[in-house]
Amino acid sequence: MSDEIDYKGYRGKSLEVLKRFKCLIWSDVEVITNEGSFKGLVLPRSETADEFHIVLKIPVGYNIGIASEKIKDIKINGRREANYKIPEKAFPYDYRKPRVKLLGTGGTIASRLDYKTGAVIPAFSPGELYGSVPELADYCNLETEKLYGVFSENMAPENWIGLAEAIGKEIKKGVQGIVIGHGTDTMHHTSAILSFMVQNSPVPIVMVGSQRSSDRPSSDAALNLIHSVKTAAESDIAEIMVCMFGPTSDIYGLLHRGTRVRKMHSSYRSTFRTISDIPIATVSREKITPLRQDYKKRRQDKDVIINAVFEEKVAIVYYYPNMLPDIIDSLIQNGYKGIVIAGTGLGHVNKPLYPALERARQAGVAVYMTVQTLWGYVQMYVYETGRVMMDLGVIPAANMLPEVAYVKLGWALGQTKDLEKVKEIMLTPIAGEITEREPSNGYLIYQGGLPEVEKFIKMNRK
Amino acid sequence: MYDFIFKSFREMTPEDYHQVGFKSGLEIHQQLLTEKKLFCRCPAGHYSKDFDAEILRHMRPTLSEMGVYDGTALMEFKTKKDIIYLINRNTVCTYEMDDTPPFLMNDDALDIALGIGMLFNCNIVDELHIARKQYLDGSIPTGFQRTAIYALDGWIPYKDKKVKIVQMSIEEDSCREVSDIGHQRYYKTDRLGMPLIETVTEPAMKTPFEVAEVAWILSNTVRSTHKVRRGIGAAREDVNVSVKDGTRIEIKGVPKISLIPLLTYNEAMRQWNLLRLKEELKKRGIIEETFKAESFDITKIVRKPSYAPLRNAVEKGYRIKSVVLKGFAGLLRWQTQTDTYFSKEISDRVRVIACLTSIPNIIHSDSKGDNIPSADWTAVKKISNASENDSVVIVWGSEEDSNTAVKEIIIRAREAAIGVPSETRQAISDGTNGFERILPGADRMYPDTDLPPMRIVQDRLNKIKTWIPEQFWVRQLWYKELGIPEDIIPELCISRYALLFKKAVKDWNVNPTSVAVFLIQYPKRLKKKGSNISILNEDIFSYLLKSCSEGKIPRDAVLSIMKNIIESGQFTEDIIPTPANEKEINEVISKSLEQIKNTSLIDESNKEILLMGIIMNKLRGRVSAVTIAGMVGFRNKRIGNVG
Repeated sequence: MSDEIDYKGYRGKSLEVLKRFKCLIWSDVEVITNEGSFKGLVLPRSETADEFHIVLKIPVGYNIGIASEKIKDIKINGRREANYKIPEKAFPYDYRKPRVKLLGTGGTIASRLDYKTGAVIPAFSPGELYGSVPELADYCNLETEKLYGVFSENMAPENWIGLAEAIGKEIKKGVQGIVIGHGTDTMHHTSAILSFMVQNSPVPIVMVGSQRSSDRPSSDAALNLIHSVKTAAESDIAEIMVCMFGPTSDIYGLLHRGTRVRKMHSSYRSTFRTISDIPIATVSREKITPLRQDYKKRRQDKDVIINAVFEEKVAIVYYYPNMLPDIIDSLIQNGYKGIVIAGTGLGHVNKPLYPALERARQAGVAVYMTVQTLWGYVQMYVYETGRVMMDLGVIPAANMLPEVAYVKLGWALGQTKDLEKVKEIMLTPIAGEITEREPSNGYLIYQGGLPEVEKFIKMNRK
Repeated sequence: MYDFIFKSFREMTPEDYHQVGFKSGLEIHQQLLTEKKLFCRCPAGHYSKDFDAEILRHMRPTLSEMGVYDGTALMEFKTKKDIIYLINRNTVCTYEMDDTPPFLMNDDALDIALGIGMLFNCNIVDELHIARKQYLDGSIPTGFQRTAIYALDGWIPYKDKKVKIVQMSIEEDSCREVSDIGHQRYYKTDRLGMPLIETVTEPAMKTPFEVAEVAWILSNTVRSTHKVRRGIGAAREDVNVSVKDGTRIEIKGVPKISLIPLLTYNEAMRQWNLLRLKEELKKRGIIEETFKAESFDITKIVRKPSYAPLRNAVEKGYRIKSVVLKGFAGLLRWQTQTDTYFSKEISDRVRVIACLTSIPNIIHSDSKGDNIPSADWTAVKKISNASENDSVVIVWGSEEDSNTAVKEIIIRAREAAIGVPSETRQAISDGTNGFERILPGADRMYPDTDLPPMRIVQDRLNKIKTWIPEQFWVRQLWYKELGIPEDIIPELCISRYALLFKKAVKDWNVNPTSVAVFLIQYPKRLKKKGSNISILNEDIFSYLLKSCSEGKIPRDAVLSIMKNIIESGQFTEDIIPTPANEKEINEVISKSLEQIKNTSLIDESNKEILLMGIIMNKLRGRVSAVTIAGMVGFRNKRIGNVG
């Protein structure tokens, strides 16, 4: 027993008061203050909250904070602890349905609430998931494995490698589709690196998450999960995809190619967009509708190629006016082996950086150019400056998104130190990260306010 | 047990209500007058007629602690509604549509809420924790309302007792429902997110009229701050009603306090009659365990119905189902509320839960109307194995909806053998109420992790104390002591000029009744005559009262001065006439005497009145009538009145 458990989150004065009355968290109490008495359950306190208050869940279900300095007495009437266990319902087995594996990396796909305490408890095992999203059983026989429990921003190369290897194993075992639960912030980094590490997959590999936490009735989590499981179980698209909301309405999801997708809004449900191209397909509860035909098809073999390597000493440099060369120099000095620049316009940086780029070349650092406009190609022949930079060893990375070029460069450098070979790997499209042409409907950011756009919005649910 | 038979609304006495154990409490929702919404920076109080876009969502229940959905959640999920939000970009941003996390709580709103909490003698919480209260009907796109308790344990005086205020919370307002037909429910989103407070009283009221009276006290208290919204929908009452052995039933969204007595009467009657129905069923040997019902698909039996709703159903290819309620003969005509019968309880459930929203949505064998020819009834009864002792309910709809309907009919009929089911009900304009949803429990609250707890410091409360008004019941007592006319007191108590009144009476020594009349009655009188009184403001009233106290304006001139101000559209000191000096007055008097010298009147004693009139016409506003009367030796007491 320790204060950390018994008085979780309390410190300073509030901890003193709780200790004085031997009042552990989850105690059912009556708190007497000089302004009246309050009945309720003492809850753990958030680590970041102040040290002056005690949190009480009162019988109507609300929480209130009571200033510890006002407390005269605490009468303890009992104890009710949060039950962090979800009752499981066995996930029904149907021999006619495909086997789908759900790999978890962190974040909550589904959860339940413990109203007595207000705790949100994640659900993950097939039984738990079946309890909260029973529709999943309409599509598949689900197996789950929790690989990691990390926030999306903490996903690191070791996790990518572990994930790729886990996928390889599952395919060898014969699963007919894989779903990967992932936080949304870096989902497109992971989808890109998996597109390189896992090649020639015979089955769909679908990444999914949620923009609104699964504890709320309006969450996109359940529908995203249903869409992704349907895709993994039934679609003939054997690629690494991101499956998230198309519009903000609960209508359909989009299946984005793992190397062309990007999170484009900090909070919207429809935050994932395919950049410089169109998505592969739409998916609803009822059907998967391809938007194009040039995807890799599902196969019956198990001939997946796992190439899970990564050189960590790679950086993205997001160029801004007046960037000083010491930014590049510090990367060289720190032993970085690769730099992806997100340049302005067609792929530019300012002239004062040139000597630093020359030093990078001499130090054997691989330098690739991408565009911070996100849409469009690097084109370094158009202006003289671009040609000068190419002479300095900067290699244009076509229309690879900066994050995609970053993970691909780490992956290429993980395979070889020979910069010529790295260049060959970088510029050879593997999973749609470089496309030969940008279709005219690949760039669509329409502006609100324009009559024709407003008309469209009015006619079609957002 | 339940021998008492409800009398008509007018005939019910407090003793009658006592006999049935009537108990009622209030939850009053009041919008606060702020410029912006509670958790985002959208303008508050702007309602739109036009909408730019639609968003479609579904509400999905989350698991509660036992791994099962709670009652309301389950019901809403059964209904599988498409929720469609109509949005206007000027009144709604991405926050309301649950595409952006909340911004920090609007400080103005919280200040007003805290002020009202103090007026209700509440303890203010030291730290505010925002909770999520689940709503699955779609009225809030997140599926929960952000709400926080900020005050507890207050009271208001009522008769010779105190009615306890259990708690007060600050919360965001919900959407306005546009329609709910079949599986589609439309909402307008402009009201969504506006700051609101909810005040909950204990169930201390023992008659329908007490409920309304307490509601008035609560309403007047919040209005006295002049920091709350007015108009339709700005204040909404939820009324909880129960009778002895009944169930606490919440009637939601009562738009006017004056509707409360009839509504609560009808609800008490409904509960009482449902208890009597339970007793009747027991007499017939039907209790929960022995309750029996069966359903049949009778689509093929009623092939060519003449009854229009059934004919339409057949044309649409719907299923027609019968439900036999064993031993229920006649009970679907059991009265529940005024002109309302048990069949309505069933029809309501079918409407809400099975989404069969075209009324009538059921017919039954206890109804006197001949919807289907008796031959058909006989056939239906035969295939349903129904005897003379049974009731048969017929329902129609798509395969899925008719199945849900059959289940609900059986559920509601079985509940009749148990008593009064827990529900929230909605007020209907005729004073009855209808089923809205299964009553949600406390089991739908959990902390909002998007916003940190917020400390409420004493400094903040001290600042609020500087603007909150005196409690209006304190004012009321003082006004009574001052002898203010009864009809002015209620308005003066909550008037924005109550402070000015106090100043005029205490500091400037103006006659209290005159001040009350100037501040309340005159503006009202002028408004009635069509004057635009909005120009009259605190500065003007203040100037007039001060001038009265300094003798610059006679009291009987105030009304005409107000009129002049309104007519000229602005206030300048020129509008105030200069007081007449004695020489001037004497001149007017002698000229007036000259004027009436040759006038002959039938009753010569009226000559004095005529004279006064002529003089006052020339000097009104510059000298008081009492002075003139004194000078001409006039004794008619009427002149002495202020008016």
